[in-house]
Amino acid sequence: MTSISDPQQGSFRLSMLLNDTRYRSLTFQAIALFLLIVAFAYLGNNLVSNLRAAGLNISFDFLWSPAGYDINQRLIEYDSQSTNARAALVGILNTLLVAFLACVTATVFGVIAGVLRLSNNWLVRKLMSFYVEIFRNIPVLIWIIIIFTIMTAVLPAPSAFRGENPSSSMFLDSVAFTNRGIYVPAPVWGPGSGIVAVTFLASIVGIFAYRRYATKLLYDTGKLLPVLWPSLALLFVPTLVVFFALGQPIGLDIPELKGFNFSGGIKVGGPLIALWFALAIYTGAFIAENVRAGILSVSKGQTEAASALGLRPRRVMNLVVLPQALRVIIPPLISHYLNITKNSSLAIAVGYADVTATLGGITLNQTGRAIECVLLLMLFYLAISLSISAVMNVYNNATKLKER
Amino acid sequence: MSDTHAESVAFVRTEPVPSAPPPFQATGPVKWIRENLFANVPNTILTLVALYAIYVVLSAILPWIVNGIWNTDSLAECREILQGATGACFSVLTERWHQLLFGFTYPSELYWRPTLAFVLLFFAAAPVLFFDLPRKLLIFTALYPFIAYYLIWGGTIWVPIFALLGFAGGYLTYARFVTQSFAKGFFGGIAAAFLIWTLAGYITPLLAAENPAMAAVPSRDMGGFMLNMMLGVICVSLSLPIGIALALGRQSSMPLIKLVCVVFIEFVRGVPLITLLFVASVVLAYFFPPEASIDLILRVIIMITMFSSAYIAEVIRGGLAALPKGQYEAADSLGLDYPQAMRLIILPQALKISIPGIVNVAVGLFKDTTLVSVISMFDLVGMIRGPILASTEWNGVYWELFMFAALLFFVVCYGISQYSQWLERRLATDHR
Amino acid sequence: MKKSVFFGALTVAGIAATAAAAGTLDDVKARGKLNCGVTTGLAGFAAPDANGEWKGFDVDVCRAVAAAVLGDPTAVEFVPTTGKTRFTALASGEIDLLARNTTWTFSRDVDLKFDFVGVNYYDGQGFMVPKALGVSSAKELDGATVCIQTGTTTELNLADFFRANNISYEPVPIETNAEAQQQYLAGACDVYTTDASGLAATRATFEDPSAHALLPEIISKEPLGPLVRHGDNDWGDVARWTLNALIAAEEYGITSANIAELAQGTNNPEVNRILGTEGTLGEMLGLSADWANNAISAGGNYGEIFARNIGESTPIGLARGLNAQWTNGGLLYSPPFR
Repeated sequence: MTSISDPQQGSFRLSMLLNDTRYRSLTFQAIALFLLIVAFAYLGNNLVSNLRAAGLNISFDFLWSPAGYDINQRLIEYDSQSTNARAALVGILNTLLVAFLACVTATVFGVIAGVLRLSNNWLVRKLMSFYVEIFRNIPVLIWIIIIFTIMTAVLPAPSAFRGENPSSSMFLDSVAFTNRGIYVPAPVWGPGSGIVAVTFLASIVGIFAYRRYATKLLYDTGKLLPVLWPSLALLFVPTLVVFFALGQPIGLDIPELKGFNFSGGIKVGGPLIALWFALAIYTGAFIAENVRAGILSVSKGQTEAASALGLRPRRVMNLVVLPQALRVIIPPLISHYLNITKNSSLAIAVGYADVTATLGGITLNQTGRAIECVLLLMLFYLAISLSISAVMNVYNNATKLKER
Repeated sequence: MSDTHAESVAFVRTEPVPSAPPPFQATGPVKWIRENLFANVPNTILTLVALYAIYVVLSAILPWIVNGIWNTDSLAECREILQGATGACFSVLTERWHQLLFGFTYPSELYWRPTLAFVLLFFAAAPVLFFDLPRKLLIFTALYPFIAYYLIWGGTIWVPIFALLGFAGGYLTYARFVTQSFAKGFFGGIAAAFLIWTLAGYITPLLAAENPAMAAVPSRDMGGFMLNMMLGVICVSLSLPIGIALALGRQSSMPLIKLVCVVFIEFVRGVPLITLLFVASVVLAYFFPPEASIDLILRVIIMITMFSSAYIAEVIRGGLAALPKGQYEAADSLGLDYPQAMRLIILPQALKISIPGIVNVAVGLFKDTTLVSVISMFDLVGMIRGPILASTEWNGVYWELFMFAALLFFVVCYGISQYSQWLERRLATDHR
Repeated sequence: MKKSVFFGALTVAGIAATAAAAGTLDDVKARGKLNCGVTTGLAGFAAPDANGEWKGFDVDVCRAVAAAVLGDPTAVEFVPTTGKTRFTALASGEIDLLARNTTWTFSRDVDLKFDFVGVNYYDGQGFMVPKALGVSSAKELDGATVCIQTGTTTELNLADFFRANNISYEPVPIETNAEAQQQYLAGACDVYTTDASGLAATRATFEDPSAHALLPEIISKEPLGPLVRHGDNDWGDVARWTLNALIAAEEYGITSANIAELAQGTNNPEVNRILGTEGTLGEMLGLSADWANNAISAGGNYGEIFARNIGESTPIGLARGLNAQWTNGGLLYSPPFR
């Protein structure tokens, strides 16, 4: 039936490699593959001959030799006799810690600033756009250094807490703000504290169960149950009751000034705070813009329609505006989280022991294994970003508007 | 009608009562303040908190700035004059401004050259940034890289001239053959350019004068804010074509090309710039033959260009994806082949919608150029953290220097981002 | 890739790829410049002044080598390096000589394949504390917060010292000396530790140097010296004997003031051999006969270089101590020129 006849088969000529679109792409790819191999062979050959000339080799044995240096901020057991690999692991955990803290804080800053930028209050609006502009337009490295400098210059040294009439005193007698870090009370787990913890976890499960029940009831019968206050009550009351019933098994270890430093309690180190705060406030400015754009992207008709249906302003926000705004806000938000993780590598500017400072810093310096260290470092960051992108893709696919 | 009323009613006003002035609280600044600052209780609290915050910040900063000292030779003298009072020691800026701007080894009698190159940058960038300007100005934009190279690096004038000739020859060859086939024109152009450059490599040493009119300045002597600007401008402009190629490659139907582009883009975007700079500073040298002696600034330019081209590729991919499918189909139905369709239909539109994104990448990249201070290059931040703070005179001056650095970056980045917003508004008019 | 890199190198930076030469000495002579790695800024040892001129103790060593090889003390390209980049810069051939107060250690010499050509400064790691702290010995520092400058052997020495004495501490690693100093002054650390020379240099810049004390303990040996790539012995010899010439010059009383006169010939055969009026030492090194004359004229002998940059009359104010000539009870002992 068709009037187009297939091109004649079997008459392959060499010129078709260039002129026939069916084969041309093969030609191009072959050329590209060839160039790629040549380039890699050239670079690899140089690497091998340079290393041989310098008498060096590529070897990862250094990872299992003692690191020899100490790290002040560590989440796992580590001392100067631990291996370089463990030092790298300490650094990785520190990177993840500061990235996590900064992501949470940046989101809080960003949401507050983004919402306030849409406020009716002129002064607040202007202040917030000042915040956004000033932080977005100055390099984060400068911010990290400035905030670290401010912290050391403004907060008192531990010695200011000493003596008869100390020039500084502890906040609520339990929290000490010093330029070496913030010392907060640490919980002491006495006998029976396990029961308190279990109660607490159980009440969190209870809250979820209650909310599910409330939603189900709403869909089935249309009856609206209050959610906020019962949730709060569930969160605190059982735990507190158990806590006091068992005779306060969880105590507080309040930091005390001993010798050169405060001891006891939990120390949140100065470099960690500076880096955390700088990353959070810098990225917060970007997130604020996203939040604002997200809220503005929901057309006014949606709000009006929801109001016309008789929804209260808070429900309009919760049920109509936010779900639509989040679709716009979340993808860039996740890429900002990615940026925070990558920017946390600037920790070396303030002496925070993240993976760039341990594996890519002191270990690299002491062992001289530059190629190996940088390679491992890049692989680590690559793994982090690829997993975050994977999460982002899952989210994007889940919330994609179903179109033709 | 009114006559009858006049008879039945004793008094009728013939003109309207002049409207009473609104209540004092509902007009002028008072109304504005009430509505904008004290509309309700939470609003009032917000205002008061904001006012207090402003007061705290200003009361700390203002005396410091006002008492600033501008004309001493060292921090110790500043401290002597201030006698313990709060005050800035801006003398470090008046004494070292040239180091902050140009680095410490750029010859001071040649400062006019980079300054002129910087001023010319505005003229070169203008026709690209503002579409309304006459298109002929683009000729200057095309010439600018060679002029700027000659101004900043100096040396024999033949290097930029031959480089320009190479591009011109390449373009002419391309224009000659592109009507026959894009591939022929493209590769022919590249071949012609390389031919000219290779010949120039032999000719230039013969032509070069012993003492060129513009003294040559080696790359290592560049520093300060100038280095940030140079890295930013060079790397963004180099990464534009690479980014376009990568974006097209990522959309390509050829699996190998697509794979290479995807791996490259995802790899570069997945690692922090600082690790790429580590590669430039401690690893890359092993990958080139020892006699190639590619210096640090060039290695850094290579790595930053790679970095920004991956980001620009993603922005352009967004632009390509945003084009309606009909555009691609229309190009196909006209019988255009791939290069023609891209060149004439797709890219002009896709690039136009990508411009705000590209500008954002450029601003981010410009800010990230400060990271080169970590690998011992003396850019603005590196100058501050290295030589200036290490000198005995200025050891201990932090605020003044970092605020100066912050100010410079703010002015540039804020300017660019305002442009980007203006552009977005302008482009938006097409759609609504 | 190769082509574009080469053309990039050629057209962008104006650097011509030179043909591979046999050794560093020939490379340097062909280039007409010595590439010398120094720190990014440590007052007294290597720091650019307000005019952008590099000044300092290590810088003068570079200048002496340049003068010996090329006859011109200004034919030096100073390449600032950090603790991280310095070894790669040397290993990859970006620099010919690294004079960046680098400690001579076994692993750097053997494992990293470098050759230390000698010691130009005998140092040791010390501690600085505010006097108000009332500490008189490093052993009393249990629980103290210690600021360290990273990228050196300092971290390892510190860990060893505290482990050996079984006391605890909190390290705060800081990238640059200036920032470490700011942390220390603000009280964010109790102690600042680095090489004793660096501590003295740092203390000299304080508002009130007398409020800070150096503790008596020197917890490590830090022989600082210039180094070259392993295996290029001709070049290593040039650097080694240039340094020795500076040291020997002080021993024999050759100064920048009297060198012109002594170069006419003296009755001390050793001086004559150093200055090239007797024997063929320069030729053996592959240099001109007046190589040592040039090196010493560049910045004076070891003693003059020391006095000008870090000596007692400078703000840094270091005593000669271990760095005196062996005749004065120090460790400087140049092998004979013969």
